[in-house]
Amino acid sequence: MIANLGLAALWLAAALAMLQLLAGGLALRPAGNVLAGIVRPVAVVQGVLCAIAFACLIVVFCQTDLSVKLVALNSHSAKPWLYKFAGAWGNHEGSMLLWVTIMGLAGGFVALVERRLPEPTMLATLAAQAFVSLGFYAFLLISSNPFERLNPVAPEGQGLNPLLQDPGLAFHPPTLYIGYVGLSIAFSFAVGALITREVSPAFARAMRPWVLGAWIFLTLGITAGSYWAYYELGWGGWWFWDPVENASLMPWLAATALLHSASVLAARNALRAWTVMLGVVAFSMSMVGTFLVRSGVLTSVHAFAVDPERGSFILGLLALNIGSALVLFGLRAATVTEGERFAVTSREGALVFNNVMLSATLGIVLVGTLYPLLAEALGAKVSVGPPYFNPMSAIFIVPMLLVMAVGPLLRWRQDGFGRVGKPLAIPFVLTLAALGWLAGQGVKLLPLIGMALAAGLLIAALLPLRGRRLRTVTLPLWGMVVAHLGVAVALFGMACDSAYTTERLVAVKVGDAVAVGPWQVRLTGVVPVAGPNWTALEGSISASYAGAQPVRLAPQARSFWAPAQQTSESALATRWNGQLYVVLGEQAEDGRWQLRLWWKPFVTLIWYGGALIALGGVLALLGRVASDLRRIIARDKIAYRRMRQGR
Amino acid sequence: MNTPAKSPLKAKHQRLVLVLIALAALIAAGLLAMWALRNQASYFYLPAEMASNPPAVGRAVRLGGMVEKGSLKTDADGVTIRFTVSDGTARVPVVFTGITPDLFQEGSGVVAEGTRDAAGTFVANNLLAKHDEKYVPREMQSMTAAQARKTVEETR
Repeated sequence: MIANLGLAALWLAAALAMLQLLAGGLALRPAGNVLAGIVRPVAVVQGVLCAIAFACLIVVFCQTDLSVKLVALNSHSAKPWLYKFAGAWGNHEGSMLLWVTIMGLAGGFVALVERRLPEPTMLATLAAQAFVSLGFYAFLLISSNPFERLNPVAPEGQGLNPLLQDPGLAFHPPTLYIGYVGLSIAFSFAVGALITREVSPAFARAMRPWVLGAWIFLTLGITAGSYWAYYELGWGGWWFWDPVENASLMPWLAATALLHSASVLAARNALRAWTVMLGVVAFSMSMVGTFLVRSGVLTSVHAFAVDPERGSFILGLLALNIGSALVLFGLRAATVTEGERFAVTSREGALVFNNVMLSATLGIVLVGTLYPLLAEALGAKVSVGPPYFNPMSAIFIVPMLLVMAVGPLLRWRQDGFGRVGKPLAIPFVLTLAALGWLAGQGVKLLPLIGMALAAGLLIAALLPLRGRRLRTVTLPLWGMVVAHLGVAVALFGMACDSAYTTERLVAVKVGDAVAVGPWQVRLTGVVPVAGPNWTALEGSISASYAGAQPVRLAPQARSFWAPAQQTSESALATRWNGQLYVVLGEQAEDGRWQLRLWWKPFVTLIWYGGALIALGGVLALLGRVASDLRRIIARDKIAYRRMRQGR
Repeated sequence: MNTPAKSPLKAKHQRLVLVLIALAALIAAGLLAMWALRNQASYFYLPAEMASNPPAVGRAVRLGGMVEKGSLKTDADGVTIRFTVSDGTARVPVVFTGITPDLFQEGSGVVAEGTRDAAGTFVANNLLAKHDEKYVPREMQSMTAAQARKTVEETR
């Protein structure tokens, strides 16, 4: 019953998307003007219908309605309720429904609140949003129907992949998807502006909060995903350059570039065509990511159930959406007039550098991710890993970070290095000193550069606040400072982890102690424990940092029975200066237990840095929204006063 | 529109220069990427290929095949294991130090990441095994389809 309701809502939403596309498109012509009034309401209703369909899916998962094929394949009556709920999107069909739902809701939200753009541009934007949505509705309804029924009803569900049975599942995919799909708004804005030839600072100001919103979620999603993989996969790594991870990094790089170029367009009316192009590229990267993740064309450590036939469908969608957007761009780019000019040493110049370096990094990641596909077409099976990605991305990121220290201090339009040289002397000297000191300690090249640069950036990020009264600093400026500080913090964590991690792999008897870094780790026992849908062997470990009071840790080797699978649950001891990471392995024939231990100094800073970057985005967004609201209120007041005076 | 006084660029040319710089950077990135990939990509080998045309010593590659029954041994340290990977025609000795993946066992498929040492032993730094019924490393899928299928059936 509820499954039928969900399916009906989904079909209805698809029909409304079609109506939105036609009405929005026709309303652009003078003759179709009567249709203009229905586009916004249709977009809102479409979003609501999507939400209803998604709510239905959650309900059938929570009820474990085994007449629904998706539930039977991916859920189990004995699963804890959180994983029944989150399990709704822990599979292909459900996650694509989540994608479509967010897309519908985002479109509806834009239709509801966005009033700054000229109405024709808004209509074209909403039509473009409907165009993209329609493709995904078709994908969902034709090849991945989440509400498909089973007859006869399955006696019991097959359960959810145990690696996904973690609170991370409730948070990470929705956050990441809001980021991915939120970028569709930027895409539609870009297409709308191209169609109506309205690429202007007003367009950038209207688009910016939406991009910021998507970017905040994308940042949070990537950060959370990284931490989840770190503690769940039990390898002690926080980033594997796996295709699925790259799939989330590429839209983030493009969106970061877009945010910076949109600020140039908004403030200075320059980089017009480039900003529009980035709007198209950012969401294209989201779609490429979905293709990579959902098609299974590439090997990934993040186990997804895969189906190559679906890949070709997404590939078709990808080609259609990106292709038509690029054709439109090609036709209209020449008519986008050149923006205001600027000198090389100016805020704009620094932001252009940032954009070029981010794009180059994006290119490096894209090529490295797709290379195995290319090689396979030529008959060779290859995989590409950190030996390629680390140095290659550093080549472009390091210069970008250097400019990140300088750029925020430069004035718009034209400036000289003389004026900013003096304040930058402190971080510059600090970086050089750190370089020399660390090189003396024999730290490897990349971590060496990372730590020295982070030290300088920590100071440089704060310099834009110099000489200002803190109470008068605007929220967007706070946002920039905090986000740049976050980059420095995260960089410091990455470099420290890479330089100073110590690892021990040992087989120990119960009662034995092992040293790893400053820690003394003792295995005091191994006991069986049971959870709602698993049993486990739990190691009892007492770990003492530099002779202090020991903490107790309990890593587990879990055996799930639906589906039958083993996972290892790592145990972490977190201090302000790092984490101890413990994994319990197998028991050897002689009764000893395998233990894998890492001491990772300052590793937590990676995720704190990510959170700071997102917080910076939130501050900037609040500032932008607040000033927009003030402007609207002021305008209304003026209009009201005029009206009264007129009487 | 007022022009920056010291701007070295002529009015009409700035856009062109920007586009050219961006293009040059992207092309440089692409070329650099292709060059690095030729050196850094890690190739996939079956035991037979490793026997007939071995990779350079120390070069990162991946080896895929079946863990031969009765070949799995654990060293005295309790964490180093030795086993033989075969595809029915050739056999390669493998040594691995670490915690093995949960579904790693004799008679099942494995993909080992690592390097070949001078003696011809494959030193693995990571093992990928089948996660569950739904997830199989890609190389293993095509391998079972090819010559290794029989081996799997026999050893099951």
